[in-house]
Amino acid sequence: MIPYRASFDNASNQFMSLSLADVEKVARLARLAMNDQELHAAQTQMSNIFGLIAEMQAVDTKGIEPMSHAQDLAQRLREDVVTETNQREAFQAIAPQVERGLYLVPQVIE
Amino acid sequence: MIHSSLAQLGAALRAKKISSVELTQTYLDRIARLNPTLNAFITVNPEMSLVQAREADARLASGRADALTGIPVAQKDIFCAKGWLTTCGSKMLHNFVSPYDAHVIEQFNKAGAINLGKTNMDEFAMGSSNETSYYGSVKNPWDTARVPGGSSGGTAAAVAARLCAAATGTDTGGSIRQPASLCGISGLKPTYGVCSRYGMIAFASSLDQAGPMGRSAEDLALLLNTMAGFDERDSTSLQRDKEDYTRDLNKPLTGLRIGLPKEFFAAGMGSDVAQAVDAAIAEYKKLGATIIDISLPNSRLSVPVYYVLAPAEASSNLSRFDGVRYGHRAPEYSDLADMYEKSRAQGFGAEVKRRIMIGTYVLSHGYYDAYYLQAQKIRRLIAQDFTEAYKQCDVIMGPTSPSTAFKLGEKGDDPVQMYLSDIYTIAVNLAGLPGMSIPCGFGANTMPVGLQIIGNYFDEARMLNVAHQYQLATDWHSRAPQGL
Repeated sequence: MIPYRASFDNASNQFMSLSLADVEKVARLARLAMNDQELHAAQTQMSNIFGLIAEMQAVDTKGIEPMSHAQDLAQRLREDVVTETNQREAFQAIAPQVERGLYLVPQVIE
Repeated sequence: MIHSSLAQLGAALRAKKISSVELTQTYLDRIARLNPTLNAFITVNPEMSLVQAREADARLASGRADALTGIPVAQKDIFCAKGWLTTCGSKMLHNFVSPYDAHVIEQFNKAGAINLGKTNMDEFAMGSSNETSYYGSVKNPWDTARVPGGSSGGTAAAVAARLCAAATGTDTGGSIRQPASLCGISGLKPTYGVCSRYGMIAFASSLDQAGPMGRSAEDLALLLNTMAGFDERDSTSLQRDKEDYTRDLNKPLTGLRIGLPKEFFAAGMGSDVAQAVDAAIAEYKKLGATIIDISLPNSRLSVPVYYVLAPAEASSNLSRFDGVRYGHRAPEYSDLADMYEKSRAQGFGAEVKRRIMIGTYVLSHGYYDAYYLQAQKIRRLIAQDFTEAYKQCDVIMGPTSPSTAFKLGEKGDDPVQMYLSDIYTIAVNLAGLPGMSIPCGFGANTMPVGLQIIGNYFDEARMLNVAHQYQLATDWHSRAPQGL
C-alpha cells in the first residue's frame, strides 16, 4: 500500500483515489470475498468517503490528547472469579456445525 | 387506548379497567393489520408476548405492579432477548435465536413490561434510512413512499403508527434522534454509559448507547427509569445512584438558558425545517427561556471524524462474525479462510461491507496515526467545544436533521449523501452527551420536523423537563398519521 502522505494532493488537500490493489488488500484483511465488479464499486465508494474524511487532515492537533472514551474513565477492575455458568448446550444449539461438544471448521492442520 | 400515555395505561392496568392480555392483543392485532404495509417489525411472537402478559396480569392482581407492568414495549432487533430471533437487521444473524437477555431486556422483564416484538433496523445499525435492512425497508407511517430514518427506523415507525405503547432504540451517530424526528415522535439518547451495552449487538462501542423512543417526554422519563442502571458486565457502564427521571418534569422553565450554535443554523438546513425550529425557539421564549448565541467551531468536523472512528470500531467488532459459533455459514467452501471470506461476503450487506473496509483500512499498518489517532484528537476538540458552551447555557437546541423524511431510494447510490443526513446529531455521540429529539411542526411536504435538545452530561432529567413543558404548551407530539 502507498504510505498515507502520498495519498494526499498537498496543494488541494484532496484524497487521491485508492488503487484497486489497495482495495483488494483491504478486502483480504477484512476476510470479505469480492469479485472484480464489487472491488471496482468499493474503490469508487471508498475514494468518495475518504474525500469526505480528508478535511480532517488540515486540523492542527499538536498537543491534543486523543479521546478514546466519552467519560475518560479508567477501566473498572473486578475480582478474578467465575461469574458465568456453563451453557454449552444452549450455545452449541445455535452453531452452524458441532460434533461431540466441539465446533467444527475445515481442517487447518495436515 | 392506543393514544393513551404510559402513565394513563399504567393507571388503567392497575385499576383493572383493562388487562395486559387485552392491551397486548390490541397491539398484536394492529401489527397484524398494518405491518404488511409498514414492515416495522422483523419478528412478532404472539405466544411469547401473551405469556408475559398473563404473568403481568397476575402481578397486577397481586398489587405488586410497577409503572410499566403489563405495558407492551417493542424492542429494537439489536437487543438480544432469550428465545427470540435476534437478527440486527442482517442476513448474518437470520438464524440467531438468542440464548440470553441483554441488560436492557432484563430491566424491562423485571419491570413486568411485555416484549411485543423485535423492530426492523438498518443492518448492524449502519444507516440513516432503514434501507440497509436485509428484511426490507420500513415505510414512514406519515407517507409510505418515504423513509422512517434510521437506524432505529422500525421502532420510530411502530411508535408513530401506534403499533406499540413505546419502544427502544440505540444511537451511535443519531440512530434514535433522526428517525424520531422523521417519524414525529420523541426519542432520547442518554449520556454514554447510563444504559448497559451488555447484550446490545456492538457497532461502535465507544459511541453506542441505548435509549427510549415514545410519544412524549413524560413517556421517555418512565422508560428511562427502567432502562438505566449500572451493570458490571459492561465495562463502560457507569456506577451512579439510581435517578428518578420524572422528578423535574413539572418545573417551570423561567430563567432557562438555551444555547443556539450558529453552526447548526447555517446553510444546509431546509427552510421548512428552519421555520419549525425557529417557531419552537419562540415558544420557549414565551415559556420564560432566554436565548444565547453560542459556537461549536469544531462541530463541522464531526462527520469526517465519525466516519473514521465508527467504521474502525465496527471492523473490529464485526470480526466476530466468522461462521463458526453462530450466525450464517456459507454452504460451500474449500478451506478455513475461504469459509470466513464467503460466510462474511454472503452474510453482510453492501453498507456493512463498506464500513468494515473503511475501518480495516484506517486501522492498517502505516495509516493508524493519520486517521484513527487524528480522529480521536479532533474528537476531544469537539467535546471541548461543548464544555465551553455549557459555561454559558443550560441546554443547546437546533434541528435534529437537515431535512424531513426523504423518499425511499432517493439517496440510493451515494453513501456520502446519506452520511450527511446525520450532520447535527453525530457531535453529541462523539462528546458522549445526552441528546433528544421532539416533534416541533411539519415541513413543506407535511412531514414531521424534530427539534434537537442537547444536554450537559447526566442532565437527562432537565432535558425531559424542557421537552415536557414544551409538550404541555403545544400538541405536535400528539398528532398521529392519518388512516392508521
